[in-house]
Amino acid sequence: MNARIVHIARNTFREAVRDRVLYNLIAFALLLSGAAILVGQISIDIERLVVINLGLTAVSLFGVVIAIFIGIGLVSKEIEKRTLYTVLSRPVRRWEFIVGKFFGLAGTLVVNTFFMAIGVFGALLYVAHKFSKPDALILVALYFIVLEFLIICSLALLFSSFSSPLLSAVFAFSLFVIGSFADDLRGFAGMAHGVTRWFATGAAYLVPNFAALNVINAVAHQQPMGSQLILHNTLYALFYTAMALSGGVLIFERRNLK
Amino acid sequence: MMTARQRTSVIAGACFVVSLVACILLLRRIDRIRPQATLEDALYINSPKMIKRASLGFDGLMACIYWTRTVQYFGHRHFDSAHTYNQLAPLLEITTALDPHLLPAYQFGASFLAPKPPGGAGQPERAIRLMEYGIEHNPDNWHLYYDLGFVYYTELKDYKSAAAVFEKGSNLPNAHPYMKIMAAQMAAHAGDLATARMLWSATYETAYEANIRMNAVEHLRSIKVDEDVTNLEAAVTRFQERTGRFPSNIEELAVAEHIPGIPVDPDGNPYIVTADGRILVQNPDNFSFITKGTPPGYKQPMPKFHTKG
Repeated sequence: MNARIVHIARNTFREAVRDRVLYNLIAFALLLSGAAILVGQISIDIERLVVINLGLTAVSLFGVVIAIFIGIGLVSKEIEKRTLYTVLSRPVRRWEFIVGKFFGLAGTLVVNTFFMAIGVFGALLYVAHKFSKPDALILVALYFIVLEFLIICSLALLFSSFSSPLLSAVFAFSLFVIGSFADDLRGFAGMAHGVTRWFATGAAYLVPNFAALNVINAVAHQQPMGSQLILHNTLYALFYTAMALSGGVLIFERRNLK
Repeated sequence: MMTARQRTSVIAGACFVVSLVACILLLRRIDRIRPQATLEDALYINSPKMIKRASLGFDGLMACIYWTRTVQYFGHRHFDSAHTYNQLAPLLEITTALDPHLLPAYQFGASFLAPKPPGGAGQPERAIRLMEYGIEHNPDNWHLYYDLGFVYYTELKDYKSAAAVFEKGSNLPNAHPYMKIMAAQMAAHAGDLATARMLWSATYETAYEANIRMNAVEHLRSIKVDEDVTNLEAAVTRFQERTGRFPSNIEELAVAEHIPGIPVDPDGNPYIVTADGRILVQNPDNFSFITKGTPPGYKQPMPKFHTKG
Protein backbone atom coordinates (compact mmCIF):
# COMPACT_ATOMS: atom_id res chain seq x y z
CA MET A 1 0.00 0.00 0.00
CA ASN A 2 1.02 3.55 -0.65
CA ALA A 3 3.32 4.70 2.22
CA ARG A 4 1.46 8.00 2.61
CA ILE A 5 -1.86 6.21 3.06
CA VAL A 6 -0.28 3.92 5.67
CA HIS A 7 1.10 6.95 7.47
CA ILE A 8 -2.28 8.75 7.55
CA ALA A 9 -4.02 5.53 8.64
CA ARG A 10 -1.53 5.01 11.46
CA ASN A 11 -1.98 8.58 12.66
CA THR A 12 -5.78 8.26 12.53
CA PHE A 13 -5.56 5.11 14.64
CA ARG A 14 -3.23 6.79 17.15
CA GLU A 15 -5.52 9.79 17.36
CA ALA A 16 -8.52 7.56 18.06
CA VAL A 17 -6.62 5.79 20.83
CA ARG A 18 -5.53 9.16 22.25
CA ASP A 19 -9.19 10.27 22.16
CA ARG A 20 -9.87 7.37 24.55
CA VAL A 21 -12.12 5.63 22.02
CA LEU A 22 -11.04 2.24 23.33
CA TYR A 23 -12.44 3.19 26.75
CA ASN A 24 -15.75 1.86 25.42
CA LEU A 25 -14.25 -1.57 26.00
CA ILE A 26 -14.60 -1.01 29.74
CA ALA A 27 -18.32 -0.29 29.38
CA PHE A 28 -18.63 -3.31 27.12
CA ALA A 29 -16.81 -5.58 29.59
CA LEU A 30 -19.01 -4.37 32.45
CA LEU A 31 -22.18 -4.87 30.43
CA LEU A 32 -21.25 -8.36 29.32
CA SER A 33 -19.90 -9.63 32.64
CA GLY A 34 -22.94 -8.22 34.45
CA ALA A 35 -25.29 -9.79 31.90
CA ALA A 36 -23.48 -13.13 32.05
CA ILE A 37 -23.81 -13.30 35.84
CA LEU A 38 -27.45 -12.19 35.75
CA VAL A 39 -28.40 -14.48 32.88
CA GLY A 40 -26.69 -17.43 34.58
CA GLN A 41 -28.98 -16.91 37.54
CA ILE A 42 -32.35 -16.12 35.96
CA SER A 43 -32.53 -17.71 32.48
CA ILE A 44 -33.78 -21.20 31.97
CA ASP A 45 -32.05 -23.09 29.15
CA ILE A 46 -31.44 -20.00 27.04
CA GLU A 47 -28.32 -18.60 28.77
CA ARG A 48 -26.20 -19.31 25.70
CA LEU A 49 -28.79 -17.72 23.42
CA VAL A 50 -29.03 -14.57 25.53
CA VAL A 51 -25.27 -14.13 25.87
CA ILE A 52 -24.67 -14.53 22.11
CA ASN A 53 -27.54 -12.22 21.17
CA LEU A 54 -26.64 -9.60 23.75
CA GLY A 55 -22.89 -9.82 23.17
CA LEU A 56 -22.99 -9.61 19.38
CA THR A 57 -25.64 -6.90 19.41
CA ALA A 58 -23.49 -4.87 21.80
CA VAL A 59 -20.40 -5.39 19.57
CA SER A 60 -22.41 -4.18 16.60
CA LEU A 61 -23.99 -1.14 18.27
CA PHE A 62 -20.80 0.00 20.05
CA GLY A 63 -18.90 -0.24 16.76
CA VAL A 64 -21.57 1.57 14.77
CA VAL A 65 -21.64 4.43 17.26
CA ILE A 66 -17.83 4.70 17.20
CA ALA A 67 -17.70 4.49 13.39
CA ILE A 68 -20.29 7.23 12.98
CA PHE A 69 -19.07 9.62 15.65
CA ILE A 70 -15.40 9.36 14.74
CA GLY A 71 -15.97 9.05 10.99
CA ILE A 72 -18.01 12.23 10.70
CA GLY A 73 -15.29 14.33 12.30
CA LEU A 74 -12.34 12.90 10.40
CA VAL A 75 -12.36 15.54 7.66
CA SER A 76 -14.16 18.43 9.34
CA LYS A 77 -11.94 18.31 12.44
CA GLU A 78 -8.82 18.53 10.28
CA ILE A 79 -10.31 21.56 8.51
CA GLU A 80 -11.34 23.15 11.78
CA LYS A 81 -7.89 22.68 13.33
CA ARG A 82 -6.34 23.73 10.01
CA THR A 83 -4.10 20.64 10.09
CA LEU A 84 -5.55 19.55 6.74
CA TYR A 85 -3.71 22.42 5.00
CA THR A 86 -0.42 21.26 6.50
CA VAL A 87 -1.07 17.71 5.33
CA LEU A 88 -2.14 18.71 1.82
CA SER A 89 0.75 21.14 1.40
CA ARG A 90 3.03 18.09 1.55
CA PRO A 91 3.11 15.62 -1.34
CA VAL A 92 -0.15 14.04 -0.18
CA ARG A 93 -3.07 13.80 -2.58
CA ARG A 94 -6.63 14.41 -1.42
CA TRP A 95 -7.75 10.87 -2.28
CA GLU A 96 -4.83 9.49 -0.28
CA PHE A 97 -6.00 11.53 2.68
CA ILE A 98 -9.57 10.08 2.45
CA VAL A 99 -8.40 6.51 1.91
CA GLY A 100 -5.82 6.80 4.72
CA LYS A 101 -8.46 8.11 7.11
CA PHE A 102 -10.73 5.22 6.15
CA PHE A 103 -8.08 2.59 6.87
CA GLY A 104 -7.18 4.27 10.17
CA LEU A 105 -10.79 4.22 11.37
CA ALA A 106 -11.38 0.70 10.06
CA GLY A 107 -8.23 -0.45 11.90
CA THR A 108 -9.47 1.12 15.13
CA LEU A 109 -12.75 -0.72 14.80
CA VAL A 110 -11.10 -4.06 13.99
CA VAL A 111 -8.93 -3.79 17.12
CA ASN A 112 -11.96 -2.76 19.15
CA THR A 113 -13.98 -5.68 17.78
CA PHE A 114 -11.14 -8.10 18.51
CA PHE A 115 -11.19 -7.21 22.22
CA MET A 116 -14.97 -7.24 22.37
CA ALA A 117 -15.00 -10.68 20.70
CA ILE A 118 -12.74 -11.96 23.48
CA GLY A 119 -15.32 -10.60 25.93
CA VAL A 120 -18.18 -12.39 24.14
CA PHE A 121 -16.34 -15.71 24.17
CA GLY A 122 -15.37 -15.16 27.84
CA ALA A 123 -19.01 -14.55 28.82
CA LEU A 124 -20.09 -17.58 26.78
CA LEU A 125 -17.55 -19.76 28.54
CA TYR A 126 -18.78 -18.45 31.88
CA VAL A 127 -22.43 -19.40 31.25
CA ALA A 128 -21.95 -22.57 29.16
CA HIS A 129 -18.77 -23.82 30.93
CA LYS A 130 -17.39 -25.12 27.63
CA PHE A 131 -17.29 -24.27 23.95
CA SER A 132 -19.09 -26.38 21.36
CA LYS A 133 -18.45 -26.68 17.63
CA PRO A 134 -21.35 -24.41 16.54
CA ASP A 135 -19.82 -21.61 18.64
CA ALA A 136 -17.38 -21.15 15.76
CA LEU A 137 -20.30 -19.60 13.89
CA ILE A 138 -19.95 -16.60 16.21
CA LEU A 139 -16.76 -15.82 14.28
CA VAL A 140 -18.82 -15.57 11.09
CA ALA A 141 -21.24 -13.17 12.78
CA LEU A 142 -18.27 -11.11 14.04
CA TYR A 143 -16.78 -11.08 10.56
CA PHE A 144 -20.07 -9.79 9.12
CA ILE A 145 -20.16 -7.13 11.86
CA VAL A 146 -16.69 -5.98 10.77
CA LEU A 147 -17.94 -5.82 7.17
CA GLU A 148 -20.83 -3.69 8.42
CA PHE A 149 -18.31 -1.36 10.10
CA LEU A 150 -16.39 -0.97 6.82
CA ILE A 151 -19.55 0.20 5.09
CA ILE A 152 -20.48 2.59 7.89
CA CYS A 153 -16.93 4.02 8.06
CA SER A 154 -16.99 4.72 4.33
CA LEU A 155 -20.45 6.32 4.56
CA ALA A 156 -19.41 8.49 7.51
CA LEU A 157 -16.39 9.63 5.51
CA LEU A 158 -18.53 10.26 2.43
CA PHE A 159 -20.84 12.56 4.40
CA SER A 160 -17.92 14.10 6.25
CA SER A 161 -16.34 15.08 2.92
CA PHE A 162 -19.09 17.63 2.17
CA SER A 163 -21.24 18.19 5.23
CA SER A 164 -21.05 19.44 8.81
CA PRO A 165 -20.43 16.87 11.59
CA LEU A 166 -24.00 17.16 12.89
CA LEU A 167 -25.63 16.60 9.51
CA SER A 168 -23.14 13.84 8.70
CA ALA A 169 -24.12 12.06 11.91
CA VAL A 170 -27.81 12.39 11.05
CA PHE A 171 -27.26 11.11 7.49
CA ALA A 172 -25.05 8.21 8.56
CA PHE A 173 -27.30 7.14 11.41
CA SER A 174 -30.40 7.38 9.20
CA LEU A 175 -28.74 5.21 6.57
CA PHE A 176 -27.80 2.71 9.27
CA VAL A 177 -31.44 2.48 10.41
CA ILE A 178 -32.82 2.34 6.86
CA GLY A 179 -30.17 -0.24 5.89
CA SER A 180 -31.19 -2.39 8.87
CA PHE A 181 -34.72 -2.47 7.46
CA ALA A 182 -33.49 -3.07 3.89
CA ASP A 183 -35.47 -6.30 3.58
CA ASP A 184 -38.69 -4.54 4.48
CA LEU A 185 -37.84 -1.74 2.08
CA ARG A 186 -37.51 -4.34 -0.67
CA GLY A 187 -40.84 -5.78 0.49
CA PHE A 188 -42.52 -2.38 0.19
CA ALA A 189 -41.00 -1.97 -3.28
CA GLY A 190 -42.36 -5.36 -4.31
CA MET A 191 -45.88 -4.35 -3.27
CA ALA A 192 -45.81 -0.95 -4.99
CA HIS A 193 -46.82 -0.28 -8.59
CA GLY A 194 -45.67 1.94 -11.46
CA VAL A 195 -43.25 4.77 -10.77
CA THR A 196 -43.40 4.22 -7.02
CA ARG A 197 -42.17 0.67 -7.55
CA TRP A 198 -39.20 1.84 -9.63
CA PHE A 199 -38.38 4.54 -7.13
CA ALA A 200 -38.68 2.23 -4.12
CA THR A 201 -36.66 -0.53 -5.81
CA GLY A 202 -33.91 1.96 -6.71
CA ALA A 203 -33.82 3.24 -3.13
CA ALA A 204 -33.78 -0.31 -1.77
CA TYR A 205 -30.72 -1.17 -3.86
CA LEU A 206 -28.93 2.09 -3.15
CA VAL A 207 -29.09 1.95 0.64
CA PRO A 208 -26.65 -0.46 2.30
CA ASN A 209 -28.19 -3.84 3.03
CA PHE A 210 -27.28 -4.37 6.68
CA ALA A 211 -30.04 -6.95 7.03
CA ALA A 212 -27.99 -9.41 4.95
CA LEU A 213 -24.99 -8.84 7.22
CA ASN A 214 -26.96 -9.36 10.42
CA VAL A 215 -26.85 -13.07 11.21
CA ILE A 216 -26.76 -12.71 15.00
CA ASN A 217 -30.08 -14.45 15.62
CA ALA A 218 -29.32 -17.22 13.15
CA VAL A 219 -25.91 -17.84 14.77
CA ALA A 220 -27.48 -17.85 18.24
CA HIS A 221 -29.81 -20.60 16.96
CA GLN A 222 -26.79 -22.45 15.50
CA GLN A 223 -28.08 -22.21 11.93
CA PRO A 224 -25.26 -23.01 9.48
CA MET A 225 -23.82 -20.22 7.32
CA GLY A 226 -23.13 -21.17 3.71
CA SER A 227 -19.78 -20.32 2.14
CA GLN A 228 -21.67 -18.67 -0.73
CA LEU A 229 -23.29 -16.22 1.68
CA ILE A 230 -19.93 -15.42 3.27
CA LEU A 231 -18.33 -14.88 -0.15
CA HIS A 232 -21.14 -12.72 -1.52
CA ASN A 233 -21.51 -10.67 1.63
CA THR A 234 -17.75 -10.03 1.60
CA LEU A 235 -17.81 -8.90 -2.02
CA TYR A 236 -20.92 -6.81 -1.41
CA ALA A 237 -19.38 -5.01 1.58
CA LEU A 238 -16.12 -4.38 -0.30
CA PHE A 239 -17.89 -3.01 -3.38
CA TYR A 240 -20.23 -0.87 -1.31
CA THR A 241 -17.28 0.50 0.64
CA ALA A 242 -15.44 1.19 -2.61
CA MET A 243 -18.52 2.95 -3.97
CA ALA A 244 -18.94 5.19 -0.91
CA LEU A 245 -15.21 5.97 -0.76
CA SER A 246 -15.17 6.79 -4.49
CA GLY A 247 -18.08 9.15 -3.91
CA GLY A 248 -16.19 10.75 -1.01
CA VAL A 249 -13.04 11.13 -3.11
CA LEU A 250 -14.99 12.63 -6.01
CA ILE A 251 -16.59 15.23 -3.74
CA PHE A 252 -13.45 15.98 -1.74
CA GLU A 253 -11.38 16.43 -4.91
CA ARG A 254 -13.75 19.21 -6.00
CA ARG A 255 -14.23 20.78 -2.61
CA ASN A 256 -13.00 24.34 -2.20
CA LEU A 257 -10.95 24.32 0.98
CA LYS A 258 -10.11 28.01 1.01
CA MET B 1 -3.56 15.98 -21.29
CA MET B 2 -5.39 15.32 -18.00
CA THR B 3 -4.23 16.82 -14.75
CA ALA B 4 -3.64 14.56 -11.73
CA ARG B 5 -6.88 15.77 -10.16
CA GLN B 6 -8.90 15.05 -13.30
CA ARG B 7 -7.32 11.59 -13.52
CA THR B 8 -8.30 10.89 -9.89
CA SER B 9 -11.86 12.06 -10.58
CA VAL B 10 -12.18 9.82 -13.63
CA ILE B 11 -10.83 6.80 -11.76
CA ALA B 12 -13.02 7.51 -8.71
CA GLY B 13 -16.07 8.01 -10.95
CA ALA B 14 -15.44 4.75 -12.79
CA CYS B 15 -14.88 2.98 -9.48
CA PHE B 16 -18.17 4.41 -8.17
CA VAL B 17 -20.19 3.18 -11.16
CA VAL B 18 -18.55 -0.27 -11.27
CA SER B 19 -19.05 -0.71 -7.51
CA LEU B 20 -22.69 0.37 -7.71
CA VAL B 21 -23.43 -2.16 -10.46
CA ALA B 22 -21.51 -4.87 -8.59
CA CYS B 23 -23.47 -4.10 -5.41
CA ILE B 24 -26.83 -4.46 -7.17
CA LEU B 25 -25.82 -7.75 -8.82
CA LEU B 26 -24.40 -9.13 -5.57
CA LEU B 27 -27.47 -8.12 -3.61
CA ARG B 28 -29.67 -10.03 -6.03
CA ARG B 29 -27.46 -13.11 -5.55
CA ILE B 30 -27.52 -12.70 -1.75
CA ASP B 31 -31.33 -12.52 -1.81
CA ARG B 32 -31.39 -15.92 -3.49
CA ILE B 33 -28.91 -17.44 -1.01
CA ARG B 34 -30.30 -16.08 2.26
CA PRO B 35 -32.86 -18.12 4.11
CA GLN B 36 -36.06 -16.05 4.42
CA ALA B 37 -36.34 -17.07 8.08
CA THR B 38 -38.21 -14.03 9.27
CA LEU B 39 -40.91 -14.34 6.65
CA GLU B 40 -41.28 -18.09 6.76
CA ASP B 41 -42.05 -20.37 9.61
CA ALA B 42 -39.72 -18.90 12.23
CA LEU B 43 -41.01 -16.09 14.38
CA TYR B 44 -38.49 -15.86 17.19
CA ILE B 45 -40.61 -13.50 19.25
CA ASN B 46 -44.20 -14.66 19.33
CA SER B 47 -45.39 -12.49 22.14
CA PRO B 48 -47.28 -9.36 21.00
CA LYS B 49 -46.75 -7.79 24.43
CA MET B 50 -42.99 -8.27 24.25
CA ILE B 51 -42.79 -6.73 20.77
CA LYS B 52 -44.91 -3.81 21.95
CA ARG B 53 -42.46 -3.17 24.80
CA ALA B 54 -39.47 -3.58 22.48
CA SER B 55 -40.87 -1.05 20.02
CA LEU B 56 -40.02 1.73 22.52
CA GLY B 57 -43.25 3.57 21.87
CA PHE B 58 -42.97 3.44 18.08
CA ASP B 59 -45.96 1.07 18.02
CA GLY B 60 -47.48 2.60 14.92
CA LEU B 61 -44.40 2.11 12.79
CA MET B 62 -43.85 -1.41 14.10
CA ALA B 63 -47.50 -2.24 13.38
CA CYS B 64 -47.05 -1.07 9.79
CA ILE B 65 -43.93 -3.21 9.42
CA TYR B 66 -45.64 -6.27 10.89
CA TRP B 67 -48.73 -5.69 8.75
CA THR B 68 -46.54 -5.59 5.64
CA ARG B 69 -44.85 -8.78 6.78
CA THR B 70 -48.21 -10.44 7.32
CA VAL B 71 -49.32 -9.67 3.79
CA GLN B 72 -45.93 -10.72 2.41
CA TYR B 73 -46.00 -13.94 4.43
CA PHE B 74 -49.44 -14.85 3.13
CA GLY B 75 -48.50 -13.85 -0.42
CA HIS B 76 -45.27 -15.90 -0.38
CA ARG B 77 -46.96 -18.95 1.09
CA HIS B 78 -49.83 -18.68 -1.34
CA PHE B 79 -47.46 -18.22 -4.28
CA ASP B 80 -45.44 -21.27 -3.15
CA SER B 81 -48.72 -23.30 -2.98
CA ALA B 82 -48.09 -23.94 0.70
CA HIS B 83 -50.87 -25.72 2.53
CA THR B 84 -50.15 -24.26 5.96
CA TYR B 85 -50.12 -20.72 7.29
CA ASN B 86 -48.77 -21.38 10.78
CA GLN B 87 -47.51 -17.86 11.39
CA LEU B 88 -50.54 -16.00 10.06
CA ALA B 89 -52.36 -15.90 13.41
CA PRO B 90 -49.34 -14.73 15.49
CA LEU B 91 -48.43 -12.14 12.85
CA LEU B 92 -51.96 -10.73 12.89
CA GLU B 93 -52.09 -10.82 16.68
CA ILE B 94 -48.77 -8.95 16.91
CA THR B 95 -49.94 -6.40 14.32
CA THR B 96 -53.22 -5.70 16.09
CA ALA B 97 -51.59 -5.64 19.54
CA LEU B 98 -49.23 -2.94 18.24
CA ASP B 99 -52.07 -1.03 16.62
CA PRO B 100 -55.56 -2.17 17.70
CA HIS B 101 -57.12 0.29 15.23
CA LEU B 102 -55.53 -1.24 12.12
CA LEU B 103 -58.82 -2.39 10.57
CA PRO B 104 -57.43 -4.07 7.42
CA ALA B 105 -55.66 -6.59 9.66
CA TYR B 106 -58.97 -7.75 11.16
CA GLN B 107 -60.56 -8.04 7.75
CA PHE B 108 -57.56 -10.02 6.53
CA GLY B 109 -57.93 -12.31 9.55
CA ALA B 110 -61.61 -12.93 8.80
CA SER B 111 -60.85 -13.75 5.17
CA PHE B 112 -57.75 -15.91 5.51
CA LEU B 113 -57.36 -17.06 9.11
CA ALA B 114 -60.67 -18.87 9.35
CA PRO B 115 -61.03 -20.77 6.02
CA LYS B 116 -59.78 -24.35 5.86
CA PRO B 117 -56.45 -25.02 4.10
CA PRO B 118 -55.40 -24.53 1.36
CA GLY B 119 -57.49 -21.35 1.17
CA GLY B 120 -56.58 -20.22 4.67
CA ALA B 121 -55.07 -21.18 8.00
CA GLY B 122 -58.08 -23.19 9.21
CA GLN B 123 -58.23 -21.43 12.58
CA PRO B 124 -61.76 -19.99 12.91
CA GLU B 125 -61.50 -19.83 16.72
CA ARG B 126 -58.44 -17.58 16.50
CA ALA B 127 -60.17 -15.52 13.83
CA ILE B 128 -63.11 -15.03 16.19
CA ARG B 129 -60.77 -14.06 19.05
CA LEU B 130 -59.09 -11.55 16.74
CA MET B 131 -62.45 -10.02 15.75
CA GLU B 132 -63.59 -9.85 19.37
CA TYR B 133 -60.32 -8.12 20.29
CA GLY B 134 -60.96 -5.68 17.44
CA ILE B 135 -64.53 -4.99 18.60
CA GLU B 136 -63.27 -4.46 22.14
CA HIS B 137 -60.92 -1.73 20.91
CA ASN B 138 -63.15 -0.33 18.15
CA PRO B 139 -66.68 -0.76 19.55
CA ASP B 140 -68.23 1.73 17.13
CA ASN B 141 -66.94 0.14 13.95
CA TRP B 142 -69.60 -1.91 12.16
CA HIS B 143 -67.01 -3.49 9.81
CA LEU B 144 -65.71 -5.63 12.65
CA TYR B 145 -69.18 -6.96 13.47
CA TYR B 146 -69.57 -7.74 9.80
CA ASP B 147 -66.23 -9.61 9.78
CA LEU B 148 -67.15 -11.56 12.90
CA GLY B 149 -70.56 -12.50 11.53
CA PHE B 150 -68.85 -13.47 8.29
CA VAL B 151 -66.61 -15.99 10.10
CA TYR B 152 -69.60 -17.47 11.97
CA TYR B 153 -71.52 -17.76 8.71
CA THR B 154 -68.89 -19.03 6.27
CA GLU B 155 -66.69 -21.27 8.39
CA LEU B 156 -68.66 -22.37 11.43
CA LYS B 157 -72.12 -22.35 9.78
CA ASP B 158 -73.33 -20.96 13.08
CA TYR B 159 -76.18 -18.93 11.60
CA LYS B 160 -77.69 -18.03 14.98
CA SER B 161 -74.48 -16.38 16.20
CA ALA B 162 -73.99 -14.76 12.80
CA ALA B 163 -77.50 -13.28 12.93
CA ALA B 164 -76.90 -11.97 16.46
CA VAL B 165 -73.62 -10.32 15.48
CA PHE B 166 -75.05 -8.75 12.29
CA GLU B 167 -78.02 -7.49 14.32
CA LYS B 168 -75.72 -5.93 16.93
CA GLY B 169 -73.54 -4.32 14.27
CA SER B 170 -76.57 -2.98 12.36
CA ASN B 171 -77.55 -0.87 15.38
CA LEU B 172 -74.29 1.09 15.27
CA PRO B 173 -74.30 4.59 13.83
CA ASN B 174 -73.25 4.65 10.15
CA ALA B 175 -73.68 0.88 9.83
CA HIS B 176 -74.02 -0.31 6.25
CA PRO B 177 -77.71 -1.03 5.32
CA TYR B 178 -76.54 -4.53 4.34
CA MET B 179 -76.13 -5.33 8.02
CA LYS B 180 -79.89 -5.26 8.75
CA ILE B 181 -80.66 -7.32 5.64
CA MET B 182 -77.92 -9.77 6.54
CA ALA B 183 -79.32 -10.24 10.03
CA ALA B 184 -82.77 -10.99 8.58
CA GLN B 185 -81.35 -13.29 5.89
CA MET B 186 -79.43 -15.30 8.49
CA ALA B 187 -82.62 -16.00 10.39
CA ALA B 188 -84.68 -17.00 7.34
CA HIS B 189 -82.44 -18.26 4.52
CA ALA B 190 -79.02 -18.88 6.04
CA GLY B 191 -77.93 -21.69 3.70
CA ASP B 192 -79.07 -20.03 0.43
CA LEU B 193 -76.67 -19.23 -2.35
CA ALA B 194 -78.38 -15.83 -2.62
CA THR B 195 -77.38 -15.07 0.98
CA ALA B 196 -73.83 -16.18 0.29
CA ARG B 197 -73.72 -13.97 -2.79
CA MET B 198 -74.97 -10.99 -0.79
CA LEU B 199 -72.30 -11.57 1.85
CA TRP B 200 -69.42 -11.88 -0.58
CA SER B 201 -70.63 -8.87 -2.56
CA ALA B 202 -70.60 -6.83 0.64
CA THR B 203 -67.11 -8.10 1.41
CA TYR B 204 -65.93 -7.09 -2.04
CA GLU B 205 -67.42 -3.62 -1.72
CA THR B 206 -66.15 -2.90 1.78
CA ALA B 207 -62.72 -4.59 1.70
CA TYR B 208 -59.59 -2.47 2.11
CA GLU B 209 -57.09 -5.01 0.89
CA ALA B 210 -56.57 -6.32 -2.66
CA ASN B 211 -56.15 -9.97 -1.63
CA ILE B 212 -59.47 -9.86 0.23
CA ARG B 213 -61.26 -8.38 -2.78
CA MET B 214 -59.73 -11.00 -5.09
CA ASN B 215 -60.81 -13.72 -2.66
CA ALA B 216 -64.36 -12.30 -2.69
CA VAL B 217 -64.37 -12.26 -6.51
CA GLU B 218 -63.27 -15.89 -6.53
CA HIS B 219 -66.12 -16.83 -4.20
CA LEU B 220 -68.65 -14.87 -6.27
CA ARG B 221 -67.49 -16.63 -9.45
CA SER B 222 -67.86 -20.00 -7.75
CA ILE B 223 -71.32 -19.12 -6.39
CA LYS B 224 -72.39 -18.19 -9.92
CA VAL B 225 -71.23 -21.63 -11.16
CA ASP B 226 -73.03 -23.41 -8.30
CA GLU B 227 -76.25 -21.53 -9.11
CA ASP B 228 -75.94 -22.24 -12.86
CA VAL B 229 -75.26 -25.94 -12.31
CA THR B 230 -78.22 -26.22 -9.91
CA ASN B 231 -80.56 -24.58 -12.44
CA LEU B 232 -79.22 -26.59 -15.39
CA GLU B 233 -79.52 -29.88 -13.51
CA ALA B 234 -83.15 -29.02 -12.75
CA ALA B 235 -83.61 -28.35 -16.48
CA VAL B 236 -82.03 -31.74 -17.30
CA THR B 237 -84.46 -33.46 -14.90
CA ARG B 238 -87.41 -31.76 -16.58
CA PHE B 239 -86.06 -32.74 -20.02
CA GLN B 240 -85.61 -36.34 -18.93
CA GLU B 241 -89.10 -36.52 -17.44
CA ARG B 242 -90.56 -35.20 -20.68
CA THR B 243 -88.53 -37.20 -23.22
CA GLY B 244 -87.39 -40.23 -21.24
CA ARG B 245 -83.73 -39.58 -22.07
CA PHE B 246 -80.94 -37.11 -21.23
CA PRO B 247 -80.08 -34.27 -23.62
CA SER B 248 -77.16 -35.13 -25.88
CA ASN B 249 -75.50 -31.74 -25.39
CA ILE B 250 -75.95 -28.29 -23.84
CA GLU B 251 -77.32 -26.80 -27.06
CA GLU B 252 -80.16 -29.35 -27.15
CA LEU B 253 -80.96 -28.61 -23.51
CA ALA B 254 -80.98 -24.86 -24.12
CA VAL B 255 -83.37 -25.16 -27.08
CA ALA B 256 -85.71 -27.63 -25.36
CA GLU B 257 -85.85 -25.63 -22.10
CA HIS B 258 -86.08 -22.21 -23.82
CA ILE B 259 -82.86 -20.98 -22.23
CA PRO B 260 -81.70 -17.84 -24.06
CA GLY B 261 -78.30 -18.54 -25.69
CA ILE B 262 -75.84 -21.27 -24.71
CA PRO B 263 -75.31 -21.36 -20.91
CA VAL B 264 -71.70 -20.43 -20.17
CA ASP B 265 -69.61 -20.20 -16.98
CA PRO B 266 -68.12 -16.84 -15.79
CA ASP B 267 -65.11 -17.46 -18.09
CA GLY B 268 -67.42 -17.75 -21.12
CA ASN B 269 -67.00 -21.52 -21.59
CA PRO B 270 -70.22 -23.51 -22.27
CA TYR B 271 -71.25 -26.01 -19.61
CA ILE B 272 -71.06 -29.70 -20.52
CA VAL B 273 -73.91 -32.24 -20.25
CA THR B 274 -72.58 -35.74 -19.53
CA ALA B 275 -74.13 -38.96 -20.82
CA ASP B 276 -75.66 -39.62 -17.39
CA GLY B 277 -77.27 -36.15 -17.32
CA ARG B 278 -74.88 -34.34 -15.02
CA ILE B 279 -73.66 -30.77 -15.66
CA LEU B 280 -69.90 -30.09 -15.60
CA VAL B 281 -67.76 -26.99 -15.98
CA GLN B 282 -65.01 -27.22 -18.59
CA ASN B 283 -62.18 -26.02 -16.32
CA PRO B 284 -63.07 -26.66 -12.66
CA ASP B 285 -59.53 -25.57 -11.63
CA ASN B 286 -60.54 -22.00 -12.53
CA PHE B 287 -63.26 -21.94 -9.85
CA SER B 288 -61.63 -22.58 -6.52
CA PHE B 289 -64.70 -22.78 -4.31
CA ILE B 290 -67.30 -24.58 -6.46
CA THR B 291 -69.26 -27.36 -4.82
CA LYS B 292 -71.02 -28.52 -7.99
CA GLY B 293 -70.14 -29.17 -11.63
CA THR B 294 -66.97 -31.18 -11.02
CA PRO B 295 -66.21 -34.71 -12.31
CA PRO B 296 -66.34 -37.61 -9.79
CA GLY B 297 -63.22 -37.82 -7.56
CA TYR B 298 -62.14 -34.28 -8.47
CA LYS B 299 -59.68 -32.72 -6.00
CA GLN B 300 -59.67 -28.94 -5.73
CA PRO B 301 -56.28 -27.26 -6.26
CA MET B 302 -54.97 -24.14 -4.41
CA PRO B 303 -57.38 -21.21 -4.82
CA LYS B 304 -56.47 -18.86 -7.65
CA PHE B 305 -57.24 -15.19 -7.41
CA HIS B 306 -58.98 -13.29 -10.22
CA THR B 307 -59.14 -9.53 -10.25
CA LYS B 308 -62.58 -9.27 -11.85
CA GLY B 309 -65.67 -11.39 -12.14
